[in-house]
This record gives sequence, structure tokens and C-alpha cells, in this order.
Amino acid sequence: MPVGLLGRKVGMTQVYVESGELEVVTVIEAGPCPVLQLKTEDRDGYEAVQIGFGKKPRRLAARSERGRVANINGRVQKQKLEAGEELLPKADCEPPVYVREFRTEGEEHSCEVGQDLTVAVFAEQSCVDVIGTSKGRGFAGVMKRHNFQGQRATHGVKRVHRHGGSIGMSADPARVFKGTRMAGRYGGVQITVRNLKVVKADEGNNILLVRGAIPGPNGGMVIIRHTNKY
Amino acid sequence: MQPNLMKIVEESNLRKDPLEFEIGDTVDVHTRILEGTKERIQVFNGVIIARRGRGMGETFTVRRIIAGEGVERTFPVNSPKISKLDIIRHGVTRRAKLFYLRDRVGKATRLAERRPKKKD
Repeated sequence: MPVGLLGRKVGMTQVYVESGELEVVTVIEAGPCPVLQLKTEDRDGYEAVQIGFGKKPRRLAARSERGRVANINGRVQKQKLEAGEELLPKADCEPPVYVREFRTEGEEHSCEVGQDLTVAVFAEQSCVDVIGTSKGRGFAGVMKRHNFQGQRATHGVKRVHRHGGSIGMSADPARVFKGTRMAGRYGGVQITVRNLKVVKADEGNNILLVRGAIPGPNGGMVIIRHTNKY
Repeated sequence: MQPNLMKIVEESNLRKDPLEFEIGDTVDVHTRILEGTKERIQVFNGVIIARRGRGMGETFTVRRIIAGEGVERTFPVNSPKISKLDIIRHGVTRRAKLFYLRDRVGKATRLAERRPKKKD
């Protein structure tokens, strides 16, 4: 699979497409994503492209984070040089806020360390997948969490209007089946939305417009990848 | 400071030639409609009774009486399908939403024509 991008959900709006029809879109600030490291089968045990997104102020970046993007002339580096080890190429960019990897598994990609990936990688693409973390709703009842109907407002219903009702049978089986839907933590998990149409990929402004909704709040980090569903 | 990306996206989609009209105007709305492969212009005539929203979501509502039945159409202000908006006459109004016209029939639906303001 070709390498995707990291981005930030900006918000939703609507735009007119060429035919004059309205399209509901989500605006994603996607890239530029510097390639930080190419992982190889020999050294790391798997093949992947590691990319970053966002700029972290250097004063907030830990030494290890700064070392990820640039060679810091420190003790470990000196030891490696003395031992005759070759230093890894570094991207030489600002420390990124987010770092993610895309597994390549022997497939061809033309990424080099230090290169900036932009929305141009999706320019030819008609559809993408977007991965994000959905909005956390805390401990939610069954009506919100599982779309239960709840109970009646009147006709003798007392204080249980938003309850789920029965959760099982009686003496047989004398237990609640596993997987019975009840109240609990809702949201805040990784969600993948597949096959979203790319409405526009604006390289100048690093904007990607995809049709429909994507998971998470505005400002949340998302991963955009080429879809494998057609 | 981050550039306001939302603004960039929306501004590139707004009309280059903003429609100019006021509530109470009687107008002809020329819309492009596609019939098969042929494009033709359809005209909807009526009184503008409401304008709501802003930015990309801004719409206006035109009301007219067709065969004794009130018909209202709501158009997006920024739709590229609106090719032209002709203002036929200005009406005198004292409110921003003319929903009271829905309760009226016949002569009562008329609005007094607004004359250009006199110069001192």
C-alpha cells in the first residue's frame, strides 16, 4: 500500500462541485509530512515508512524527540562513530507533534528521509480511508450507546424512561449472556471510515476535502490512507 | 498563527458576483437546470420573504401564488446554478421575515412599492 498522510480535522462545510451540486465535505489539514525514517527488514524486522506531522516548539521537545529528526552531537553518537557504526540519515526538520508509520511490506515506494509528503499523493486518488479517534462520550446509557428505544414517557413508567428493560431470562439460564449490550464507556476509540470520496486536494494550502464525516473532534489528528476498497 | 483553512475553502466557493436583493423585493430567479444533456434556464418569479444563514449555507426564500396555491422555493445564495436575479420592484417592509404573507390571500399579499429616497 502506498504511504498515506497525517492530518488535522478542521471542520465540516459544503462546497459546490463542477456540476453545480452541493457536496458536504470535511476539511482536513493534511501534511506536509516529513519522512523521518525508513524501517527495513534487516535492521527493524519489518518494512515501514515513518512520517511526522505538526511542528513542536523545540523547547517543548524532549531530547529524544529532537534526536529523531536531527543528529545531536552527543555521547551516544560519539560512541557509535568510534565503533565504526554508520549513523542513520535524519530528516533535519522541526520535531513533529505526531509520528506514525505506514507498513510497506516490500512494496515499492519512492520515499526518502527528509522528503515532505503533501496532499499531492492523493491528487490522482478518487477515494481514501480516514482513521481517527472518535469523540469520547464517557459513561453513556444504552439509549445513546446502543440506540435503544428506552421506555414510555407515561402509562405507569416510573423513573426508568431511559432504561434498557430486561437483560435476559430467569432461572434458566440464570445468568446474563456475554456481550449483552448495556451502559458503559462510549467513544474515544479508533474508528476507520472507508472509501471517502476525495473532493479536492489543494497542495498550495495543504487542504484535503473528503466527502462526508470523519471521526473525532475538530482539531483531532487523523490518518489518511489510500483505500483498498473499490 | 494558523491560517483559517475553513475560510480559504469557503471563500473559494462563494459567488464572484454576489447577489444583491432585499427582503420584500419581487424578483425573477433564473436557474440553470439540466435536462438530459441540454441545459436550459428556468425562471421563478415571486417575492423574497426570508434570507437566512451566512457564508456557504446562506439561503433566500421566494414566495409566489401559482394556481391559487402558495409556492415557496428556497435557493442557496451562492449556488452556481442561479445564473441571474432580476429585481422587478422593491416592496416596503418593516421586518426581516415576511412570513405573515402566508396567512394572507389576494390583494392583502401586495406590498407597497418603495420609491427611491428623496434627497434633502
